[in-house]
Amino acid sequence: MPFKTQPRKTFSLNAIPLSAMIGLAGIAIALICALFAPWLAPHGETEVVGPIWLPMSSEYLLGTDNLGRDLLSRLIFGARTTIFVALAATVISFSLGMLLSFTAAVTGGFVDQGLSRLNDLMMAIPTLIFALVVLAVLPQNIWILIIVMAILDSTRVFRIGRAVALDVAVMEFVEAARLRGEGSVWIIFREILPNTLSPLLAEFGLRFAFSILFLSTLSFLGLGIQPPAADWGGMVKDNKDGIIFGISAALIPGTAIATLAICVNLVVDWLMKRTSSLKGGRGDV
Amino acid sequence: MSEILSVRNLKIEATSYPPGEPPKTVTLVEDVGFTLEKGKVLGLIGESGAGKSTIGLSAMAYGRGGVRITGGEVMLDDKDLLTLDRAGIRDIRGRRVCYVAQSAAAAFNPAHRLGDQVIEATVRHGILSRPEARKRARHLFRVLGLPSPETFGDRFPHQVSGGQLQRAMTAMALCPNPELIVFDEPTTALDVTTQIDVLAAIKHAIAETGVAALYITHDLAVVAQISDHIMVLRHGRMVEYGTTQQIIEAPKEDYTRALVSVRQTLREEAKDQSARYLSIENVTAGYSNSLRVLHDVSLHLPKGQTLAVVGESGSGKSTLARVITGLLPPIDGKIVFDGETLPAALKNRSKDQLRRIQMIYQMADTAMNPRQTVRDIIGRPLSFYFGLSGKEKTARVKELLDQIEMGARFLDRYPAELSGGQKQRVAIARALAAKPDLILCDEPTSALDPLVAEGILTLLARLQDETAVSYLFITHDIAIVRAIADAVAVMYRGRLVRFGPKSKVLSPPFDDYTDLLLKSVPEMEIGWLERVLSERRMESGGY
Repeated sequence: MPFKTQPRKTFSLNAIPLSAMIGLAGIAIALICALFAPWLAPHGETEVVGPIWLPMSSEYLLGTDNLGRDLLSRLIFGARTTIFVALAATVISFSLGMLLSFTAAVTGGFVDQGLSRLNDLMMAIPTLIFALVVLAVLPQNIWILIIVMAILDSTRVFRIGRAVALDVAVMEFVEAARLRGEGSVWIIFREILPNTLSPLLAEFGLRFAFSILFLSTLSFLGLGIQPPAADWGGMVKDNKDGIIFGISAALIPGTAIATLAICVNLVVDWLMKRTSSLKGGRGDV
Repeated sequence: MSEILSVRNLKIEATSYPPGEPPKTVTLVEDVGFTLEKGKVLGLIGESGAGKSTIGLSAMAYGRGGVRITGGEVMLDDKDLLTLDRAGIRDIRGRRVCYVAQSAAAAFNPAHRLGDQVIEATVRHGILSRPEARKRARHLFRVLGLPSPETFGDRFPHQVSGGQLQRAMTAMALCPNPELIVFDEPTTALDVTTQIDVLAAIKHAIAETGVAALYITHDLAVVAQISDHIMVLRHGRMVEYGTTQQIIEAPKEDYTRALVSVRQTLREEAKDQSARYLSIENVTAGYSNSLRVLHDVSLHLPKGQTLAVVGESGSGKSTLARVITGLLPPIDGKIVFDGETLPAALKNRSKDQLRRIQMIYQMADTAMNPRQTVRDIIGRPLSFYFGLSGKEKTARVKELLDQIEMGARFLDRYPAELSGGQKQRVAIARALAAKPDLILCDEPTSALDPLVAEGILTLLARLQDETAVSYLFITHDIAIVRAIADAVAVMYRGRLVRFGPKSKVLSPPFDDYTDLLLKSVPEMEIGWLERVLSERRMESGGY
């Protein structure tokens, strides 16, 4: 984890609350699926194994999809792309957003104005339309998709990052560091960052869930993950017509998205409590 | 005798939640009892954590946060408040017992006019009709000496000064004609020159209305002026209880004796003060051309000596420190330090120039990064200025911890795990780590309890003897100046009023402001308030 835990207190599994355990277990399962997909999945990712929309059975545990592919296998393979793209996009958007926002807050003046107005400009354009235009022009490539998602998301991170960093930047210990002659890098990473982790972690959990949804939206519109590769959002789209006929196939990848988002947030909540309790009394104990 | 309040065997507990440990029950107050007669004032005194506010609030059957009153009885007349149901307690609060909080600025709603807030509880309880209550409020404004009492209630909280706000709050408490008022440090947040007026107004109002009062404070000299009896508290237990005269003149317990005699350590001033180690020459500074905070200030300080800068809030003393550090480049004038003129702006100063001037802040809480351990806080200047690392650095940090009388066991603590006095000591060690030649102390003891502050001052004096460091000591407390300064500079509204060796500045003839400032410092003497009010020549600035 990017933050420092208390060195004196030894880390023990007993200290993790039940909610965080559930969250960690959920994330672990998703990661195992993603890493070992070819060995875990009973069928191939794009293999048509039978008639369409078969109900759950012992042969096809979750049934089949709109083209007769095994849902469970696609769910396992889909975990790969979904988690990788969403996580990479969120991490990059946070690194970018926090770096720029902290620089703006610490430097102030012209730099702050320039970055903040540029950010406003970006936010003024509806995200989805922006993404559609950019992705339609650029070549179809998973890294371009990730970078576009990250940059668009980083505008939100910038907003929050600048607000929390400004609160900390006026504290006397930052002034003391300036008086000592410290450079901006030290002030940003050693004085301000550790004191802004709680709100930013909360935001991270939320943003991760949003980027899964955003990826799904893009896939739905045909600009995200390209078929026949599986991703959870795309699977919802593929099977949505089945709902009209009372077929629950679309709900299964939907549930997977919701479960992963909840698991991430359970873990983030716990990390937030751990980091805020160091402040002595300011944490929500 | 008519007893209005009688407290017996009071026990108050709270539950604390230390991180990573099971919740614990903590006893805040145990076995405290007293009686209060009609029209009398009882002073509750003690350091922070002594339980004085908790006891005060228990007179309204109220516990802050998770605080529970678990034993004893609080009798108001013949009714035990602790046995009342919620409706019964509501009927008492704001009608028979009223409360005056420490920070009036935070206790008033900024969106409503003062007059409406002063009469709100009275009208709500149906004691007086709105026009009657307004009339009473105007009467009380007059009793409390507020300016233009007829229209004072039309103002908003931000339109009046801190001292006036505190008096308006007293008017609010007096409005329903209660039997008892709890004053919770009403003058602690005020300047000494303002405090004296508020104190006089409160005393006058108590005499006028015949209300009984609990007066909570940590300043024995203040409580001596206003109360009939004093109870000294420590760690939630009673240390001593007696008449004001007995406590001040013949304290029985050691702790009380320490409180009474605090800050009487005097330091001889240096004979030769002509050297100009630090020299501030004709400095004018401000936050814009129209808002000038300092006007043509010239001061100098010899090596190894202490210059105290005194003045009330808004006098520009903290701005002076910002100019010296380079945080606020002056509009005019210059700072000469050890023979060389310092660049005006912080970013133009060399690392060594920065190292030689260090700063200690008033609030050690905010002056240290809450996410760094004591080791990191003290260690950073060592690695930054001297390139120390590893064992060498740890050894030096330990040495510094010994120097501030704390020791190696504090190495891995976070600031939140230290007491107020320990935090300030760590801040001093951080300044010392740079081996500075000048330390700017911005009210380093004003947020601390008297005995803890005493310890910090003794430490600073000892360090000066050992390392020949110079101090520029900003304070509003004349008693500190008397104790530690060699030279004194008195500031008033951004101008230097008086400057010279301590013995000269603090002896007559005085200019009007210095006279007011010196006379406003409460003295441990009964009847001091009346004597001073009859003698002084100038109204206080915060009026």
